[in-house]
Amino acid sequence: MKRVYIDRHFCIGCGLCELACLTVHSRSKDLAIAYTVERPQGLMSFKKVFRDGSMCASTGCRHCDEPACVEACIAGALTKDPATGRTVYDPEQCVGCMSCLMACPFGAISKSPLEDKIVKCDRCVELDMPACVQACPNRALMYEER
Amino acid sequence: MQYIIIGNGVAAVAAVEGIREKDRTGAIRIISEEPYPTYGRPLISYYLAGKIDRDRLWYRPESFYKDHGVELSLGVRVASLDPKARTVACADGSSYSYDKLLLATGGRPTEIDLPGAGGEGVYRFTTLSDAEALLKVVDKAKKAVVVGAGLIALKSAEALLMRKLDVTMVVRSRIMRNYFDEEAGGLLLKHLEAKGLKFLQGATPKEITLDQKGRASKVETSQGDLSADIVIMAAGVSPEATLAKAAGLAVNRGVVVDEFLATSDPDIYAAGDCTEATDMITGELEVLPIWPKAYNQGLYAGRNMAGGKTAHPGGLPMNSINYYGLPTMSVGIVNPPEGQGFEVERMVDEEGERYRKLVIKNGRLAGFVLIGDIEKSGLFTSFVKFGFPVTEDIREKLKRGEPSVLLWPEEFFEETWNPRPTAQPIA
Ligand SMILES: Cc1cc2nc3c(=O)[nH]c(=O)nc-3n(C[C@H](O)[C@H](O)[C@H](O)COP(=O)(O)OP(=O)(O)OC[C@H]3O[C@@H](n4cnc5c(N)ncnc54)[C@H](O)[C@@H]3O)c2cc1C
Repeated sequence: MKRVYIDRHFCIGCGLCELACLTVHSRSKDLAIAYTVERPQGLMSFKKVFRDGSMCASTGCRHCDEPACVEACIAGALTKDPATGRTVYDPEQCVGCMSCLMACPFGAISKSPLEDKIVKCDRCVELDMPACVQACPNRALMYEER
Repeated sequence: MQYIIIGNGVAAVAAVEGIREKDRTGAIRIISEEPYPTYGRPLISYYLAGKIDRDRLWYRPESFYKDHGVELSLGVRVASLDPKARTVACADGSSYSYDKLLLATGGRPTEIDLPGAGGEGVYRFTTLSDAEALLKVVDKAKKAVVVGAGLIALKSAEALLMRKLDVTMVVRSRIMRNYFDEEAGGLLLKHLEAKGLKFLQGATPKEITLDQKGRASKVETSQGDLSADIVIMAAGVSPEATLAKAAGLAVNRGVVVDEFLATSDPDIYAAGDCTEATDMITGELEVLPIWPKAYNQGLYAGRNMAGGKTAHPGGLPMNSINYYGLPTMSVGIVNPPEGQGFEVERMVDEEGERYRKLVIKNGRLAGFVLIGDIEKSGLFTSFVKFGFPVTEDIREKLKRGEPSVLLWPEEFFEETWNPRPTAQPIA
Protein backbone atom coordinates (compact mmCIF):
# COMPACT_ATOMS: atom_id res chain seq x y z
CA MET A 1 0.00 0.00 0.00
CA LYS A 2 1.27 3.44 -0.92
CA ARG A 3 1.67 6.07 1.77
CA VAL A 4 2.82 9.66 1.99
CA TYR A 5 6.32 9.86 3.50
CA ILE A 6 8.38 12.87 4.38
CA ASP A 7 12.09 13.53 4.33
CA ARG A 8 12.27 16.44 6.69
CA HIS A 9 15.77 17.38 5.58
CA PHE A 10 14.20 18.45 2.30
CA CYS A 11 11.17 20.19 3.81
CA ILE A 12 11.49 23.97 3.51
CA GLY A 13 8.34 24.73 5.47
CA CYS A 14 6.77 26.60 2.56
CA GLY A 15 3.25 25.32 3.30
CA LEU A 16 2.39 24.70 -0.36
CA CYS A 17 1.18 21.22 0.68
CA GLU A 18 -1.36 22.81 3.01
CA LEU A 19 -2.61 25.10 0.27
CA ALA A 20 -2.84 22.25 -2.23
CA CYS A 21 -4.78 20.22 0.33
CA LEU A 22 -7.11 23.14 0.96
CA THR A 23 -7.74 23.60 -2.76
CA VAL A 24 -8.33 19.97 -3.63
CA HIS A 25 -10.88 19.63 -0.82
CA SER A 26 -12.68 22.87 -1.66
CA ARG A 27 -15.90 23.18 -3.62
CA SER A 28 -14.45 25.75 -5.99
CA LYS A 29 -11.11 23.97 -6.61
CA ASP A 30 -9.66 27.45 -6.81
CA LEU A 31 -6.98 28.39 -4.31
CA ALA A 32 -7.96 32.03 -3.96
CA ILE A 33 -11.64 31.26 -3.45
CA ALA A 34 -10.85 28.31 -1.18
CA TYR A 35 -8.64 30.53 0.96
CA THR A 36 -10.70 33.68 1.09
CA VAL A 37 -14.27 32.36 0.94
CA GLU A 38 -14.39 28.71 1.94
CA ARG A 39 -11.80 28.79 4.72
CA PRO A 40 -13.86 31.19 6.84
CA GLN A 41 -16.77 28.80 6.26
CA GLY A 42 -14.84 25.98 7.89
CA LEU A 43 -12.62 24.54 5.15
CA MET A 44 -9.32 23.36 6.59
CA SER A 45 -6.13 21.73 5.37
CA PHE A 46 -5.62 18.12 6.41
CA LYS A 47 -1.87 18.66 6.40
CA LYS A 48 0.00 20.34 9.21
CA VAL A 49 3.37 22.00 8.82
CA PHE A 50 5.40 22.20 12.02
CA ARG A 51 8.11 24.85 12.24
CA ASP A 52 10.62 25.38 15.02
CA GLY A 53 13.69 27.48 14.36
CA SER A 54 15.46 25.95 11.42
CA MET A 55 13.47 22.71 11.60
CA CYS A 56 10.22 22.04 9.83
CA ALA A 57 8.10 19.10 8.75
CA SER A 58 4.81 18.54 7.01
CA THR A 59 2.71 15.77 8.49
CA GLY A 60 -0.70 14.17 8.07
CA CYS A 61 -2.61 10.93 8.55
CA ARG A 62 -0.41 7.85 8.15
CA HIS A 63 -3.37 5.56 7.49
CA CYS A 64 -1.95 3.22 10.13
CA ASP A 65 -2.55 -0.51 9.93
CA GLU A 66 -3.85 -0.45 13.50
CA PRO A 67 -5.09 3.09 13.98
CA ALA A 68 -5.59 4.45 17.48
CA CYS A 69 -8.34 6.72 16.10
CA VAL A 70 -10.45 3.80 14.87
CA GLU A 71 -10.03 2.06 18.20
CA ALA A 72 -11.16 5.18 20.08
CA CYS A 73 -14.14 6.06 17.89
CA ILE A 74 -17.32 5.48 19.90
CA ALA A 75 -19.60 6.14 16.93
CA GLY A 76 -18.20 3.85 14.24
CA ALA A 77 -17.35 6.95 12.19
CA LEU A 78 -13.71 5.95 11.67
CA THR A 79 -13.01 2.62 10.00
CA LYS A 80 -10.33 0.86 7.99
CA ASP A 81 -11.17 0.16 4.37
CA PRO A 82 -9.64 -3.28 3.79
CA ALA A 83 -9.66 -2.80 0.02
CA THR A 84 -7.61 0.41 -0.10
CA GLY A 85 -5.95 0.45 3.33
CA ARG A 86 -7.28 3.94 3.93
CA THR A 87 -8.52 5.05 7.33
CA VAL A 88 -11.92 6.40 6.37
CA TYR A 89 -13.93 9.10 8.14
CA ASP A 90 -17.72 9.36 7.91
CA PRO A 91 -18.79 12.82 9.13
CA GLU A 92 -22.47 11.80 9.15
CA GLN A 93 -21.85 9.17 11.78
CA CYS A 94 -19.45 11.31 13.87
CA VAL A 95 -20.81 12.79 17.12
CA GLY A 96 -17.82 15.08 17.72
CA CYS A 97 -16.57 13.50 20.96
CA MET A 98 -12.94 14.16 19.92
CA SER A 99 -11.71 10.82 21.27
CA CYS A 100 -9.78 10.31 18.01
CA LEU A 101 -8.11 13.70 18.32
CA MET A 102 -6.85 12.68 21.76
CA ALA A 103 -5.92 9.12 20.78
CA CYS A 104 -3.94 9.77 17.58
CA PRO A 105 -0.34 10.11 18.81
CA PHE A 106 0.73 11.48 15.42
CA GLY A 107 -1.39 14.60 15.79
CA ALA A 108 -2.96 13.88 12.42
CA ILE A 109 -6.53 14.81 13.32
CA SER A 110 -7.84 18.35 13.70
CA LYS A 111 -11.05 19.70 15.13
CA SER A 112 -13.19 21.29 12.50
CA PRO A 113 -13.19 25.03 13.24
CA LEU A 114 -16.92 25.62 13.05
CA GLU A 115 -18.71 22.38 13.89
CA ASP A 116 -18.34 19.41 16.23
CA LYS A 117 -16.61 17.31 13.59
CA ILE A 118 -13.03 16.49 12.73
CA VAL A 119 -10.94 16.81 9.60
CA LYS A 120 -8.36 14.27 8.49
CA CYS A 121 -6.54 13.18 5.34
CA ASP A 122 -8.55 11.07 2.88
CA ARG A 123 -5.42 10.37 0.82
CA CYS A 124 -7.08 12.15 -2.10
CA VAL A 125 -9.38 9.29 -3.07
CA GLU A 126 -9.81 10.45 -6.64
CA LEU A 127 -6.19 11.20 -7.46
CA ASP A 128 -3.34 8.86 -8.35
CA MET A 129 -0.97 11.09 -6.42
CA PRO A 130 -2.18 13.07 -3.38
CA ALA A 131 -2.33 16.82 -3.95
CA CYS A 132 0.19 17.60 -1.19
CA VAL A 133 2.83 15.37 -2.78
CA GLN A 134 2.18 16.89 -6.20
CA ALA A 135 2.60 20.38 -4.79
CA CYS A 136 5.82 19.77 -2.83
CA PRO A 137 8.50 21.84 -4.61
CA ASN A 138 11.47 20.11 -3.03
CA ARG A 139 10.29 16.50 -3.15
CA ALA A 140 10.25 16.30 0.63
CA LEU A 141 6.91 14.54 0.35
CA MET A 142 6.87 11.18 -1.37
CA TYR A 143 4.06 8.84 -2.25
CA GLU A 144 5.48 5.34 -2.24
CA GLU A 145 5.09 1.72 -1.41
CA ARG A 146 7.56 0.83 1.35
CA MET B 1 -13.30 -24.42 15.10
CA GLN B 2 -16.22 -23.09 17.15
CA TYR B 3 -15.85 -19.68 18.77
CA ILE B 4 -18.37 -18.39 21.26
CA ILE B 5 -18.46 -14.79 22.38
CA ILE B 6 -20.55 -13.71 25.35
CA GLY B 7 -21.52 -10.06 24.98
CA ASN B 8 -22.10 -7.93 21.91
CA GLY B 9 -20.42 -4.65 22.79
CA VAL B 10 -17.29 -3.15 21.26
CA ALA B 11 -14.98 -5.81 22.70
CA ALA B 12 -17.10 -8.55 21.09
CA VAL B 13 -17.20 -6.80 17.72
CA ALA B 14 -13.46 -6.19 17.70
CA ALA B 15 -12.92 -9.86 18.59
CA VAL B 16 -14.94 -10.90 15.55
CA GLU B 17 -12.75 -8.64 13.41
CA GLY B 18 -9.63 -10.10 15.03
CA ILE B 19 -10.74 -13.71 14.53
CA ARG B 20 -11.61 -13.08 10.89
CA GLU B 21 -8.16 -11.65 10.16
CA LYS B 22 -6.80 -15.12 10.81
CA ASP B 23 -9.65 -17.56 10.38
CA ARG B 24 -12.16 -17.07 7.56
CA THR B 25 -14.09 -20.27 8.10
CA GLY B 26 -14.41 -21.09 11.81
CA ALA B 27 -17.92 -20.80 13.25
CA ILE B 28 -18.59 -17.79 15.47
CA ARG B 29 -21.61 -17.36 17.73
CA ILE B 30 -22.37 -14.24 19.74
CA ILE B 31 -24.67 -14.66 22.73
CA SER B 32 -25.80 -11.47 24.42
CA GLU B 33 -28.43 -10.38 26.84
CA GLU B 34 -29.25 -7.06 25.21
CA PRO B 35 -31.65 -7.50 22.29
CA TYR B 36 -29.98 -4.96 19.97
CA PRO B 37 -27.30 -5.16 17.32
CA THR B 38 -24.07 -3.63 18.57
CA TYR B 39 -24.35 0.06 19.41
CA GLY B 40 -22.14 2.85 20.68
CA ARG B 41 -22.80 2.60 24.39
CA PRO B 42 -21.49 6.11 25.10
CA LEU B 43 -23.97 7.42 22.53
CA ILE B 44 -26.95 6.74 24.77
CA SER B 45 -26.45 10.16 26.37
CA TYR B 46 -26.43 11.83 22.94
CA TYR B 47 -29.61 9.93 22.14
CA LEU B 48 -31.32 10.87 25.40
CA ALA B 49 -30.33 14.50 24.88
CA GLY B 50 -31.88 14.45 21.41
CA LYS B 51 -28.57 15.17 19.68
CA ILE B 52 -28.76 12.06 17.50
CA ASP B 53 -31.54 9.82 16.13
CA ARG B 54 -31.89 6.18 16.92
CA ASP B 55 -30.42 5.14 13.55
CA ARG B 56 -27.10 6.74 14.40
CA LEU B 57 -26.56 4.54 17.43
CA TRP B 58 -25.45 1.48 15.51
CA TYR B 59 -21.72 0.90 15.73
CA ARG B 60 -21.48 -1.32 12.66
CA PRO B 61 -23.58 -1.59 9.50
CA GLU B 62 -26.55 -3.95 9.55
CA SER B 63 -24.69 -6.45 7.37
CA PHE B 64 -21.78 -6.77 9.81
CA TYR B 65 -22.78 -10.12 11.31
CA LYS B 66 -23.63 -11.69 7.98
CA ASP B 67 -20.46 -10.33 6.35
CA HIS B 68 -18.36 -11.83 9.12
CA GLY B 69 -20.22 -15.13 9.28
CA VAL B 70 -21.53 -14.64 12.81
CA GLU B 71 -24.54 -16.44 14.24
CA LEU B 72 -26.47 -14.41 16.78
CA SER B 73 -28.32 -15.27 19.94
CA LEU B 74 -29.57 -11.87 21.09
CA GLY B 75 -31.77 -11.32 24.11
CA VAL B 76 -30.25 -14.46 25.61
CA ARG B 77 -28.43 -14.54 28.93
CA VAL B 78 -25.70 -17.07 29.53
CA ALA B 79 -26.42 -18.66 32.91
CA SER B 80 -23.26 -20.71 33.41
CA LEU B 81 -20.02 -22.01 31.91
CA ASP B 82 -18.53 -25.44 32.17
CA PRO B 83 -14.82 -25.07 31.37
CA LYS B 84 -14.21 -28.83 31.62
CA ALA B 85 -16.94 -29.82 29.17
CA ARG B 86 -16.35 -26.56 27.21
CA THR B 87 -20.00 -25.66 27.10
CA VAL B 88 -22.13 -22.64 27.96
CA ALA B 89 -25.69 -22.96 29.23
CA CYS B 90 -28.20 -20.19 28.58
CA ALA B 91 -31.14 -19.02 30.67
CA ASP B 92 -33.56 -19.94 27.84
CA GLY B 93 -32.49 -23.58 28.08
CA SER B 94 -30.23 -23.62 25.05
CA SER B 95 -26.59 -24.68 25.34
CA TYR B 96 -23.55 -24.55 23.09
CA SER B 97 -20.11 -26.11 22.90
CA TYR B 98 -16.99 -24.10 22.16
CA ASP B 99 -13.37 -24.60 21.31
CA LYS B 100 -12.50 -21.03 22.25
CA LEU B 101 -14.67 -18.80 24.40
CA LEU B 102 -14.52 -15.03 24.89
CA LEU B 103 -16.01 -13.26 27.89
CA ALA B 104 -16.91 -9.76 26.70
CA THR B 105 -19.52 -9.21 29.37
CA GLY B 106 -18.69 -5.57 30.12
CA GLY B 107 -19.69 -3.86 33.34
CA ARG B 108 -22.73 -3.52 35.54
CA PRO B 109 -23.83 -0.35 37.28
CA THR B 110 -22.37 -0.25 40.75
CA GLU B 111 -25.31 -0.35 43.14
CA ILE B 112 -25.55 1.98 46.11
CA ASP B 113 -27.39 0.37 48.96
CA LEU B 114 -30.19 2.90 49.32
CA PRO B 115 -33.77 2.31 50.49
CA GLY B 116 -36.14 2.93 47.60
CA ALA B 117 -33.47 2.40 44.92
CA GLY B 118 -35.59 -0.35 43.37
CA GLY B 119 -38.69 1.84 43.05
CA GLU B 120 -40.44 2.94 39.90
CA GLY B 121 -39.01 6.12 38.45
CA VAL B 122 -35.52 5.17 39.60
CA TYR B 123 -33.20 4.50 36.67
CA ARG B 124 -29.71 3.37 35.84
CA PHE B 125 -27.96 4.77 32.79
CA THR B 126 -25.75 2.25 31.06
CA THR B 127 -27.88 0.65 28.34
CA LEU B 128 -29.99 1.59 25.37
CA SER B 129 -33.00 0.20 27.22
CA ASP B 130 -32.28 2.65 30.05
CA ALA B 131 -32.24 5.52 27.56
CA GLU B 132 -35.46 4.32 25.89
CA ALA B 133 -37.20 4.05 29.27
CA LEU B 134 -36.13 7.59 30.15
CA LEU B 135 -37.21 8.91 26.75
CA LYS B 136 -40.73 7.71 27.51
CA VAL B 137 -40.94 9.92 30.59
CA VAL B 138 -38.77 12.99 29.95
CA ASP B 139 -41.50 15.00 28.29
CA LYS B 140 -43.80 14.81 31.32
CA ALA B 141 -41.22 14.91 34.07
CA LYS B 142 -40.13 18.22 35.59
CA LYS B 143 -37.53 17.43 38.20
CA ALA B 144 -34.67 14.98 38.11
CA VAL B 145 -32.10 14.02 40.70
CA VAL B 146 -28.89 12.29 39.70
CA VAL B 147 -26.98 10.46 42.41
CA GLY B 148 -23.30 10.24 41.51
CA ALA B 149 -20.45 12.43 40.32
CA GLY B 150 -18.63 10.59 37.57
CA LEU B 151 -18.85 10.45 33.80
CA ILE B 152 -22.15 8.56 33.58
CA ALA B 153 -23.78 10.76 36.24
CA LEU B 154 -22.69 13.95 34.49
CA LYS B 155 -23.61 12.81 30.99
CA SER B 156 -27.07 11.68 32.06
CA ALA B 157 -27.62 14.95 33.96
CA GLU B 158 -26.52 16.94 30.93
CA ALA B 159 -28.90 15.04 28.68
CA LEU B 160 -31.86 15.64 31.00
CA LEU B 161 -30.94 19.31 31.25
CA MET B 162 -31.01 19.51 27.47
CA ARG B 163 -34.49 17.99 27.68
CA LYS B 164 -35.40 21.05 29.77
CA LEU B 165 -35.73 19.28 33.11
CA ASP B 166 -34.74 20.84 36.40
CA VAL B 167 -31.74 18.68 37.29
CA THR B 168 -29.86 18.42 40.59
CA MET B 169 -26.83 16.24 41.16
CA VAL B 170 -26.23 14.77 44.58
CA VAL B 171 -22.47 14.72 44.98
CA ARG B 172 -20.75 13.17 47.94
CA SER B 173 -17.37 14.84 47.45
CA ARG B 174 -16.41 16.35 44.09
CA ILE B 175 -17.30 15.80 40.46
CA MET B 176 -15.00 13.70 38.22
CA ARG B 177 -12.82 13.00 41.21
CA ASN B 178 -10.90 10.16 39.57
CA TYR B 179 -9.72 12.35 36.74
CA PHE B 180 -9.85 15.98 37.84
CA ASP B 181 -8.17 17.71 40.75
CA GLU B 182 -10.04 20.39 42.71
CA GLU B 183 -9.19 23.17 40.30
CA ALA B 184 -10.23 21.29 37.16
CA GLY B 185 -13.37 19.96 38.86
CA GLY B 186 -14.20 23.46 40.04
CA LEU B 187 -13.85 24.86 36.54
CA LEU B 188 -16.18 22.21 35.15
CA LEU B 189 -18.65 22.74 37.98
CA LYS B 190 -18.82 26.46 37.28
CA HIS B 191 -19.36 25.81 33.60
CA LEU B 192 -22.21 23.39 34.27
CA GLU B 193 -23.83 25.65 36.85
CA ALA B 194 -23.84 28.45 34.32
CA LYS B 195 -25.72 26.10 31.97
CA GLY B 196 -28.37 25.52 34.63
CA LEU B 197 -27.30 22.29 36.28
CA LYS B 198 -27.68 22.31 40.07
CA PHE B 199 -25.38 20.60 42.54
CA LEU B 200 -25.86 19.49 46.09
CA GLN B 201 -22.30 18.93 47.20
CA GLY B 202 -21.01 17.12 50.25
CA ALA B 203 -24.38 15.39 50.41
CA THR B 204 -24.87 11.75 51.26
CA PRO B 205 -28.06 10.23 49.86
CA LYS B 206 -30.12 8.57 52.60
CA GLU B 207 -33.28 7.28 51.01
CA ILE B 208 -35.47 7.55 47.95
CA THR B 209 -38.99 8.17 49.18
CA LEU B 210 -41.64 6.28 47.26
CA ASP B 211 -45.30 7.32 47.12
CA GLN B 212 -48.22 4.90 47.70
CA LYS B 213 -47.92 3.59 44.14
CA GLY B 214 -44.26 2.80 44.71
CA ARG B 215 -43.09 5.71 42.58
CA ALA B 216 -40.07 7.83 43.51
CA SER B 217 -41.13 11.23 44.78
CA LYS B 218 -38.11 12.57 46.58
CA VAL B 219 -34.50 11.94 47.49
CA GLU B 220 -33.53 12.46 51.12
CA THR B 221 -29.94 13.48 51.68
CA SER B 222 -27.74 14.62 54.56
CA GLN B 223 -28.13 18.15 53.15
CA GLY B 224 -31.91 18.14 52.85
CA ASP B 225 -34.59 16.67 50.61
CA LEU B 226 -35.02 17.05 46.86
CA SER B 227 -38.32 16.32 45.16
CA ALA B 228 -37.98 14.30 41.98
CA ASP B 229 -40.02 12.70 39.19
CA ILE B 230 -36.93 10.93 37.89
CA VAL B 231 -34.00 9.61 39.90
CA ILE B 232 -30.86 8.33 38.19
CA MET B 233 -28.49 6.18 40.20
CA ALA B 234 -25.06 6.54 38.65
CA ALA B 235 -22.26 5.38 40.89
CA GLY B 236 -20.13 4.06 38.05
CA VAL B 237 -19.70 0.51 36.75
CA SER B 238 -17.96 -2.59 38.04
CA PRO B 239 -16.74 -5.53 35.96
CA GLU B 240 -19.37 -8.18 35.21
CA ALA B 241 -17.46 -11.26 36.30
CA THR B 242 -20.27 -13.44 37.67
CA LEU B 243 -19.90 -16.21 35.10
CA ALA B 244 -16.13 -16.32 35.40
CA LYS B 245 -16.24 -16.44 39.18
CA ALA B 246 -18.81 -19.23 39.27
CA ALA B 247 -16.74 -21.23 36.78
CA GLY B 248 -13.69 -20.96 39.03
CA LEU B 249 -11.61 -18.66 36.82
CA ALA B 250 -9.19 -16.21 38.44
CA VAL B 251 -11.14 -13.06 39.33
CA ASN B 252 -10.08 -10.09 41.46
CA ARG B 253 -12.20 -7.03 40.85
CA GLY B 254 -12.42 -8.10 37.21
CA VAL B 255 -11.62 -11.24 35.24
CA VAL B 256 -7.84 -11.54 35.37
CA VAL B 257 -6.17 -11.86 31.96
CA ASP B 258 -2.56 -12.24 30.87
CA GLU B 259 -0.89 -10.21 28.10
CA PHE B 260 -2.53 -12.46 25.50
CA LEU B 261 -5.97 -11.79 27.01
CA ALA B 262 -6.28 -15.40 28.17
CA THR B 263 -7.93 -16.06 31.52
CA SER B 264 -6.69 -18.72 33.93
CA ASP B 265 -8.28 -21.25 31.53
CA PRO B 266 -6.27 -21.36 28.26
CA ASP B 267 -9.41 -21.79 26.11
CA ILE B 268 -11.25 -18.88 27.69
CA TYR B 269 -10.31 -15.31 26.88
CA ALA B 270 -11.71 -12.05 28.22
CA ALA B 271 -11.72 -8.49 26.89
CA GLY B 272 -13.21 -5.09 27.69
CA ASP B 273 -14.82 -3.69 30.81
CA CYS B 274 -15.09 -7.11 32.48
CA THR B 275 -11.32 -7.53 32.70
CA GLU B 276 -8.52 -6.66 35.02
CA ALA B 277 -5.39 -6.33 32.91
CA THR B 278 -1.94 -4.77 32.86
CA ASP B 279 -1.88 -1.00 32.57
CA MET B 280 0.49 0.44 29.96
CA ILE B 281 2.02 2.98 32.33
CA THR B 282 1.84 1.55 35.84
CA GLY B 283 2.40 -2.05 34.78
CA GLU B 284 -0.10 -3.08 37.46
CA LEU B 285 -3.33 -5.02 37.06
CA GLU B 286 -6.08 -2.42 36.68
CA VAL B 287 -9.77 -2.25 35.89
CA LEU B 288 -10.10 0.30 33.10
CA PRO B 289 -13.63 0.63 31.76
CA ILE B 290 -13.02 2.67 28.62
CA TRP B 291 -13.98 2.17 25.01
CA PRO B 292 -10.56 2.25 23.25
CA LYS B 293 -9.17 -0.37 25.59
CA ALA B 294 -12.23 -2.59 25.13
CA TYR B 295 -11.83 -2.42 21.35
CA ASN B 296 -8.13 -3.10 21.41
CA GLN B 297 -8.33 -5.96 23.87
CA GLY B 298 -11.14 -7.49 21.84
CA LEU B 299 -9.08 -7.29 18.66
CA TYR B 300 -6.05 -8.95 20.26
CA ALA B 301 -8.16 -11.56 22.01
CA GLY B 302 -9.80 -12.45 18.69
CA ARG B 303 -6.46 -12.84 16.93
CA ASN B 304 -5.04 -14.93 19.74
CA MET B 305 -8.12 -17.15 19.92
CA ALA B 306 -7.63 -17.82 16.22
CA GLY B 307 -4.09 -19.07 16.72
CA GLY B 308 -2.14 -15.82 16.98
CA LYS B 309 0.23 -15.04 19.79
CA THR B 310 0.47 -11.27 20.04
CA ALA B 311 0.96 -9.63 23.40
CA HIS B 312 -1.34 -6.72 24.14
CA PRO B 313 0.59 -3.52 24.96
CA GLY B 314 -1.68 -2.79 27.95
CA GLY B 315 -4.43 -0.25 28.39
CA LEU B 316 -3.73 3.47 28.42
CA PRO B 317 -6.29 5.39 30.48
CA MET B 318 -7.88 8.08 28.29
CA ASN B 319 -11.14 9.97 28.15
CA SER B 320 -12.37 12.75 25.91
CA ILE B 321 -15.68 14.10 27.11
CA ASN B 322 -17.53 17.22 26.13
CA TYR B 323 -19.65 18.60 28.97
CA TYR B 324 -22.24 20.96 27.63
CA GLY B 325 -19.89 22.59 25.16
CA LEU B 326 -16.75 22.37 27.29
CA PRO B 327 -14.25 19.83 25.91
CA THR B 328 -12.18 17.92 28.45
CA MET B 329 -9.51 15.26 28.11
CA SER B 330 -7.42 13.19 30.44
CA VAL B 331 -4.72 10.69 29.48
CA GLY B 332 -2.45 8.53 31.63
CA ILE B 333 -1.78 9.20 35.30
CA VAL B 334 -3.59 12.42 36.16
CA ASN B 335 -3.97 12.28 39.95
CA PRO B 336 -0.55 11.07 41.04
CA PRO B 337 -0.01 9.86 44.59
CA GLU B 338 2.07 12.04 46.90
CA GLY B 339 5.73 11.30 47.49
CA GLN B 340 6.46 9.00 44.59
CA GLY B 341 8.47 11.45 42.56
CA PHE B 342 5.71 12.89 40.41
CA GLU B 343 5.91 16.55 39.43
CA VAL B 344 2.88 18.54 38.38
CA GLU B 345 2.65 21.59 36.12
CA ARG B 346 -0.65 23.42 36.06
CA MET B 347 -1.85 26.23 33.84
CA VAL B 348 -5.23 27.72 34.70
CA ASP B 349 -7.23 30.38 32.88
CA GLU B 350 -10.56 30.55 34.68
CA GLU B 351 -12.02 33.34 32.56
CA GLY B 352 -11.30 31.51 29.34
CA GLU B 353 -12.35 28.13 30.78
CA ARG B 354 -8.95 26.70 29.95
CA TYR B 355 -6.87 24.38 32.03
CA ARG B 356 -3.79 22.28 31.40
CA LYS B 357 -2.13 19.90 33.79
CA LEU B 358 1.00 17.92 33.08
CA VAL B 359 2.17 15.05 35.27
CA ILE B 360 5.86 14.29 34.90
CA LYS B 361 7.95 11.51 36.39
CA ASN B 362 11.58 10.60 35.76
CA GLY B 363 11.78 13.05 32.88
CA ARG B 364 8.80 11.51 31.09
CA LEU B 365 5.21 12.69 30.68
CA ALA B 366 3.08 10.28 32.72
CA GLY B 367 -0.24 11.95 31.99
CA PHE B 368 -2.13 15.16 31.29
CA VAL B 369 -5.49 16.88 31.58
CA LEU B 370 -6.75 19.45 29.11
CA ILE B 371 -9.88 21.54 29.42
CA GLY B 372 -11.04 24.00 26.80
CA ASP B 373 -8.00 23.98 24.55
CA ILE B 374 -7.72 20.42 23.25
CA GLU B 375 -6.49 20.88 19.69
CA LYS B 376 -2.96 19.54 20.38
CA SER B 377 -4.00 16.68 22.65
CA GLY B 378 -2.79 13.94 20.30
CA LEU B 379 0.79 15.14 20.43
CA PHE B 380 0.65 15.29 24.24
CA THR B 381 -0.56 11.69 24.04
CA SER B 382 2.49 10.78 21.93
CA PHE B 383 4.74 11.77 24.83
CA VAL B 384 2.79 9.58 27.27
CA LYS B 385 2.35 6.62 24.96
CA PHE B 386 5.88 6.44 23.58
CA GLY B 387 7.63 7.69 26.72
CA PHE B 388 9.77 10.32 24.98
CA PRO B 389 12.27 12.18 27.16
CA VAL B 390 11.03 15.52 28.45
CA THR B 391 14.09 17.77 28.67
CA GLU B 392 13.95 21.24 30.26
CA ASP B 393 13.48 22.79 26.84
CA ILE B 394 10.72 20.37 25.86
CA ARG B 395 9.06 20.80 29.24
CA GLU B 396 8.81 24.55 28.65
CA LYS B 397 7.17 23.96 25.29
CA LEU B 398 4.72 21.44 26.72
CA LYS B 399 3.88 23.90 29.50
CA ARG B 400 3.07 26.51 26.89
CA GLY B 401 0.80 23.99 25.19
CA GLU B 402 3.07 23.51 22.20
CA PRO B 403 3.88 19.84 21.74
CA SER B 404 5.26 19.12 18.28
CA VAL B 405 6.55 16.23 16.20
CA LEU B 406 9.80 18.20 16.05
CA LEU B 407 10.29 17.52 19.77
CA TRP B 408 10.31 13.76 19.22
CA PRO B 409 13.62 11.88 19.26
CA GLU B 410 14.95 11.98 15.72
CA GLU B 411 15.04 8.19 15.25
CA PHE B 412 11.39 7.95 16.20
CA PHE B 413 10.49 10.72 13.80
CA GLU B 414 12.29 8.96 10.97
CA GLU B 415 10.71 5.61 11.76
CA THR B 416 7.28 7.20 11.80
CA TRP B 417 7.40 9.49 8.80
CA ASN B 418 10.27 8.23 6.71
CA PRO B 419 10.92 4.57 7.43
CA ARG B 420 13.43 2.72 5.33
CA PRO B 421 11.74 0.77 2.57
CA THR B 422 11.27 -2.84 3.49
CA ALA B 423 12.92 -5.22 1.05
CA GLN B 424 10.52 -5.99 -1.77
CA PRO B 425 10.59 -9.48 -3.27
CA ILE B 426 11.90 -9.38 -6.83
CA ALA B 427 9.09 -10.29 -9.15
C1 LIG C 1 -23.31 6.65 29.40
C2 LIG C 1 -21.93 6.11 29.12
C3 LIG C 1 -20.99 6.92 28.51
C4 LIG C 1 -19.72 6.45 28.23
N1 LIG C 1 -18.83 7.27 27.60
C5 LIG C 1 -17.60 6.84 27.31
C6 LIG C 1 -16.68 7.66 26.59
O1 LIG C 1 -16.98 8.79 26.22
N2 LIG C 1 -15.43 7.16 26.34
C7 LIG C 1 -15.06 5.91 26.72
O2 LIG C 1 -13.93 5.51 26.47
N3 LIG C 1 -15.92 5.09 27.36
C8 LIG C 1 -17.17 5.52 27.67
N4 LIG C 1 -18.06 4.68 28.31
C9 LIG C 1 -17.60 3.31 28.63
C10 LIG C 1 -17.73 2.39 27.41
O3 LIG C 1 -19.03 2.44 26.94
C11 LIG C 1 -17.32 0.98 27.76
O4 LIG C 1 -15.96 0.98 28.13
C12 LIG C 1 -17.51 -0.04 26.63
O5 LIG C 1 -18.81 0.01 26.13
C13 LIG C 1 -17.16 -1.45 27.09
O6 LIG C 1 -17.42 -2.37 26.10
P1 LIG C 1 -17.50 -3.94 26.38
O7 LIG C 1 -17.62 -4.57 25.03
O8 LIG C 1 -16.39 -4.34 27.26
O9 LIG C 1 -18.81 -4.19 27.23
P2 LIG C 1 -20.32 -3.74 27.06
O10 LIG C 1 -20.49 -2.73 26.01
O11 LIG C 1 -20.79 -3.40 28.42
O12 LIG C 1 -21.05 -5.06 26.55
C14 LIG C 1 -21.23 -6.18 27.37
C15 LIG C 1 -22.47 -6.92 26.95
O13 LIG C 1 -22.45 -8.22 27.54
C16 LIG C 1 -23.76 -8.55 27.95
N5 LIG C 1 -23.69 -9.59 28.98
C17 LIG C 1 -23.16 -9.49 30.24
N6 LIG C 1 -23.32 -10.65 30.91
C18 LIG C 1 -23.96 -11.50 30.07
C19 LIG C 1 -24.41 -12.85 30.18
N7 LIG C 1 -24.23 -13.56 31.29
N8 LIG C 1 -25.04 -13.40 29.13
C20 LIG C 1 -25.23 -12.70 27.98
N9 LIG C 1 -24.82 -11.43 27.82
C21 LIG C 1 -24.20 -10.84 28.85
C22 LIG C 1 -24.32 -7.24 28.45
O14 LIG C 1 -25.73 -7.27 28.45
C23 LIG C 1 -23.77 -6.26 27.42
O15 LIG C 1 -24.62 -6.09 26.35
C24 LIG C 1 -19.35 5.12 28.59
C25 LIG C 1 -20.29 4.30 29.21
C26 LIG C 1 -21.57 4.77 29.46
C27 LIG C 1 -22.56 3.86 30.11
